[in-house]
Amino acid sequence: MPNLTFSEVTKTFGPTRALNAVGFDVAPGERVALLGHNGAGKSTLMKIALGLIGSDSGRISVLGHTPGSRAARRGVAYLPENVAFHPALTGLEQLRTYMRLRGEDTGGAMGLLEQVGLGHAAKRRIGTYSKGMRQRVGLAQALIGNPRLLILDEPTSGLDPVSRRDFYATLDGLAAEGASILLSSHALTEVEARTDRIVILSKGVLVANDTLAALRRRAALPIQLQVSARPETVDEVAAQLAGERLNGAAVSIDCGHDEKLALLGRIAALGPLIDDVDIIPPSLEDLYSHFSQQVPQ
Amino acid sequence: MTAVLAIALAEAQIAIRNRWVAISVVLMAVFSLVLAAAGSAPTGTLGADKLSITVASLTSLAVYLVPLLALLMSFDAIAGEVERGTLPLVLTYPLGRAEILIGKFIAHLAILTFALAVGYGLAAGAALWFDPRAGAGLPVLFRLGWTSALLGAAFLAVGYAMSALARRPGAAAGMAIGLWLVMIVLYDLGLLAAVVADDGGRFTTEVFPWLLVANPADAFRLYNLAASEATAAAAGIGAAAHAIPSGHALASIVLWPVAALSLAVLAFRKVTP
Repeated sequence: MPNLTFSEVTKTFGPTRALNAVGFDVAPGERVALLGHNGAGKSTLMKIALGLIGSDSGRISVLGHTPGSRAARRGVAYLPENVAFHPALTGLEQLRTYMRLRGEDTGGAMGLLEQVGLGHAAKRRIGTYSKGMRQRVGLAQALIGNPRLLILDEPTSGLDPVSRRDFYATLDGLAAEGASILLSSHALTEVEARTDRIVILSKGVLVANDTLAALRRRAALPIQLQVSARPETVDEVAAQLAGERLNGAAVSIDCGHDEKLALLGRIAALGPLIDDVDIIPPSLEDLYSHFSQQVPQ
Repeated sequence: MTAVLAIALAEAQIAIRNRWVAISVVLMAVFSLVLAAAGSAPTGTLGADKLSITVASLTSLAVYLVPLLALLMSFDAIAGEVERGTLPLVLTYPLGRAEILIGKFIAHLAILTFALAVGYGLAAGAALWFDPRAGAGLPVLFRLGWTSALLGAAFLAVGYAMSALARRPGAAAGMAIGLWLVMIVLYDLGLLAAVVADDGGRFTTEVFPWLLVANPADAFRLYNLAASEATAAAAGIGAAAHAIPSGHALASIVLWPVAALSLAVLAFRKVTP
């Protein structure tokens, strides 16, 4: 049974339809990325799953319970977008409070703060923290008590690249133990490598819900081949391949998935005219643009 | 229960950092000592012990100061969380909104009670130092103590309700000050004007006592002065104190915190994070 299920979830705010019959689920051990422009409905969907706001219609199941019920809240961890804490408390005091609220022993508080790289600042007031440090307190509280479902709204915003890598490694560990993870992000490249499935919302409508490979196949976006030539041969290469010169020594050609091998054969036949060839598949950015433009009216 | 205590502990830590504990204790201590010193003069004429006289003055002080301190401590409780953006996260933890509010209430009431204990304790110490007979006033002081705590509890809860209704700290602060002014100052002035205008008619004999009991601050004053030996030392309200059974005043003091806290929980439940 999935840990999180949305089925035909609809939510309107006044005249705006924030979510329109959105349905997908997240299985145990699965890491799902929720993508969409600002205002696409990502945060609204997360808040509905947490029971912070209600949906107008549709069915939502969180660990087999109603969203927001005490049983559901016991197993769910949340990291809000722009997480905030009381500035007068220290990181350690704040984390201990959250551990007590989950009925956990507070002995592990320091360990958790060290895990997110805040050990050195644990006894300083949160009011003195940078945005990245507050984000780490947010991450630490989301890791309390081995949650079975993590709902993370822009979890890596404000983190440096190394901290991001550590954070995703932590998530991998949780997922390996069977936790479900639903996270939203604007950093598409990190999501690409670190999630199992991608859900794209556009203006409240679910426009994609699949693995990255399957989305690539479905979108059938052109593959780019970049051929490196030499300054004296680049014009001839461009002419022969009907490609576009990128700079002094490179030519770019777009082709469909099924034309790729034939084109590579022609490139190889150029022999001494070229130095190298790179195959660049459509990036997540391309896929994202492709799917988010498919807005049904 | 652990969750309620966790909220209470965090709230107490915040109050210590924000100097609320220090401010309340110092205010209560200073005012109590000033009144204890001033209370020494009329002893001879009244024949009452020095502590009973001081308690009469402290009652008048508490009516103003305790609600003010309580409202200042509580107006930010919910509106502040909404403004800072800390509310959504805590609401995803496995505890109810009533538990969050009760946790804050326990912490704030404990701080207020501590400040009262320090202030009244100092007043008692000063009275006992100067007048060996002052021990006779201790039961009256004790009654002032727990009724002051109940008065504070009522206004803490009223402050939470304002905080939940206002949803912004600025608006909540304005509402709290306005409420203090209406309930503590203008209410009595209004009643006084009505009584004068009525000139001993039905309003004065039948409606007025109930209106007096309905206000927790007046009920507090009535209850403490009704049985006090030093009623004559207090202002004109002493006359009304005898017209109303002290049980009614006590019921008002006890019911207000319960009713206001229930109202605050209802208002808090309507707040969308």
